[in-house]
Amino acid sequence: MLGLNKNDRTLLVIVAVLALLAPFILNPFPTDSSLAQFNAGYPDLMQKFVIFGIFAIGFNILFGLTGYLSFGHAAFLGIGSYSAVWIYKLFTYNVIPAMMLSVVMAAIFALLIGYISLRRSGIYFSILTLAFAQMSFALAYSVLSNPKFNLTNGETGLQVYANDIQMFHRDGLPDFPHIFGLSMGSTSKLPLGAWEFQFNVGYYFCAILMILAFYFSIRLFRSPFGMMLRAVKSNQQRMNYTGLNSRPYTLAAFVISGMFAGLAGGLLAATDPLAGAERMQWTASGEVVLMTILGGAGTLIGPVLGAGFIKYFENIFSKINDQVLHQWVSFMPDGLEDFVVALIHPFIGKGWHLTLGILFMLVVIFLPGGLVEGGQRIGRLFGRKKRAEDTADAAAKTPAE
Amino acid sequence: MGILEVKGVGKRFGGLAALSEVNLSVEENTVHAIIGPNGAGKSTLLNCLVGKLIPDTGSVMFDGQSVLGRKPHEINQMGISRVFQTPEIFGDLTVLENIMIPCFAKRDGSFRMHAFEQFAHEKELIEKSMAILEDVNMADKADMHSASMSRGDKRRLEMAMCLVQEPRLLLLDEPTAGMARADTNNTIDLLKEINEKRDITMAIIEHDMHVVFSLAERITVLAQGTPLVEDTPDNIKGNPKVQEAYLGESQH
Ligand SMILES: Nc1ncnc2c1ncn2[C@@H]1O[C@H](COP(=O)(O)OP(=O)(O)OP(=O)(O)O)[C@@H](O)[C@H]1O
Ligand SMILES: [Mg+2]
Repeated sequence: MLGLNKNDRTLLVIVAVLALLAPFILNPFPTDSSLAQFNAGYPDLMQKFVIFGIFAIGFNILFGLTGYLSFGHAAFLGIGSYSAVWIYKLFTYNVIPAMMLSVVMAAIFALLIGYISLRRSGIYFSILTLAFAQMSFALAYSVLSNPKFNLTNGETGLQVYANDIQMFHRDGLPDFPHIFGLSMGSTSKLPLGAWEFQFNVGYYFCAILMILAFYFSIRLFRSPFGMMLRAVKSNQQRMNYTGLNSRPYTLAAFVISGMFAGLAGGLLAATDPLAGAERMQWTASGEVVLMTILGGAGTLIGPVLGAGFIKYFENIFSKINDQVLHQWVSFMPDGLEDFVVALIHPFIGKGWHLTLGILFMLVVIFLPGGLVEGGQRIGRLFGRKKRAEDTADAAAKTPAE
Repeated sequence: MGILEVKGVGKRFGGLAALSEVNLSVEENTVHAIIGPNGAGKSTLLNCLVGKLIPDTGSVMFDGQSVLGRKPHEINQMGISRVFQTPEIFGDLTVLENIMIPCFAKRDGSFRMHAFEQFAHEKELIEKSMAILEDVNMADKADMHSASMSRGDKRRLEMAMCLVQEPRLLLLDEPTAGMARADTNNTIDLLKEINEKRDITMAIIEHDMHVVFSLAERITVLAQGTPLVEDTPDNIKGNPKVQEAYLGESQH
């Protein structure tokens, strides 16, 4: 079914169920409890999970399979956002044409940037992509934003104004990105006992696209084309002497991953109709690298996990402030309390990047295969325990294992 | 006219003349051995044939067409496959995948965007790959991670990768180096059979004289970048010049 084997189908179903039930799953704590701040089941954050999931799934097709490490993929994210907002400004708030333009524009730019950058490999490739992304950033931030020709609206960011053309906009349609009249911002709330669950149109739109992206990525991983991309990573010389031209393979992977990034950028603008240059900055490019490696580069589910992990902790850690900390450790004697708060202070709020850095180092050092490897190790641990129980007698005789 | 015609090829690395005035003609459907002491330029010559190096002078014609200036993948698509001196395989892939890749290259050309097709549906290619793995006695290792195999196995795998393409010319750079005696003999048998049954022309570089004299119909002796003699194995055996340049030197 769906052209997937049993394991892959299971994986797809798990991802689909998790994504569709996320408003429940990510909202385990009652609204009034002190733990409610750890809930992630609100539209804003859930949208980020799946949008950056798409970004990372695409990035993994390039980096995970071919080993080419791009440091400039945020450029495509930005291009996707700008394209979408231009559709809003000129034509309509409907997200379907906006997303299509986002993907197409990202593909065109990826073709250009990839064609040039892929003439080099290794660190030189990374630096070329970084240079292109920084150039795009500079273009968006200042060059393409002047009174005569304002494509990006510079520092303010591109947004929709009341006097924009919006050719196909009608009365009665929401003044916000929508899908055939259904606003991306509309949320229905379901109070259930002490809990309140939120179902947001924008989230479900993004989640369905993420599930589709994930499905596409499984198919690609298992296809002959995916095998060729792994061959590029493994031994490009052998590949060429085997009669295969590695260049178009890497370029195709680059363009596909650029299109995913463009879609993610478009979706950012679908849930919040604004495009800013900072979305193209190198920190944003670095973030998707972190997500992919943290989750497990070259694995199917890794990038999605990595994206969720980073976005979750970014949100939670940056929300915790000293006040919250004092509450938590209020059981301690006063002097000690202040000391502990001072100790933790640099790692929370704006300092959450420090925490991320430490987490990242721990993962890279102890789990080079990322969170996926961590999961596998835990799985094996349980598997062994179960086996050990099954054969308790045998194990008792040979405890050396 | 041979299927491969090398004329007046020279290649310098800085001050070192690795090859000078090399002429070589390989007849279709024969096994042609190239022997010579270490550093004689044998591998360099192969590099000039497959597009890894471009010679400074001379011409290289394959089946009436020049290979010079063509990219490695184009030369392979013309029908030349090469086994390297140090095994070049896809270490991260399984043995079967290693064989499938040249199969795809042969069937689909140098690039095809088969991103939505399924590997498991390529029954014909999988069968073909398994058959060649049988031939090199590696069928039981099909699902093995190829990097974890012994050097001898890697060599046999690389050879199978070339054979599955059914090239018109197969270039082998010391295919039995690092193999156990039994594997060497199997390899000789395999190459013999392939040459006879599938009409694959071979140029083989080899230090092992047992292999050379079991397979070759013609032998070229290379010394210090130039061909010393080209003759039949029997004549080469008795040639005093060869004794001196080749065998004499290796005894020092
Ligand atoms: N890329 C290179 N740059 C510089 N010198 C090289 C290069 N490749 C080969 N040489 C030199 O050219 C000469 C011939 O080398 P080559 O590898 O062709 O010898 P060979 O006959 O294959 O020897 P062996 O039997 O040891 O494999 C050697 O002196 C070698 O050092
Ligand atoms: Mg050599």
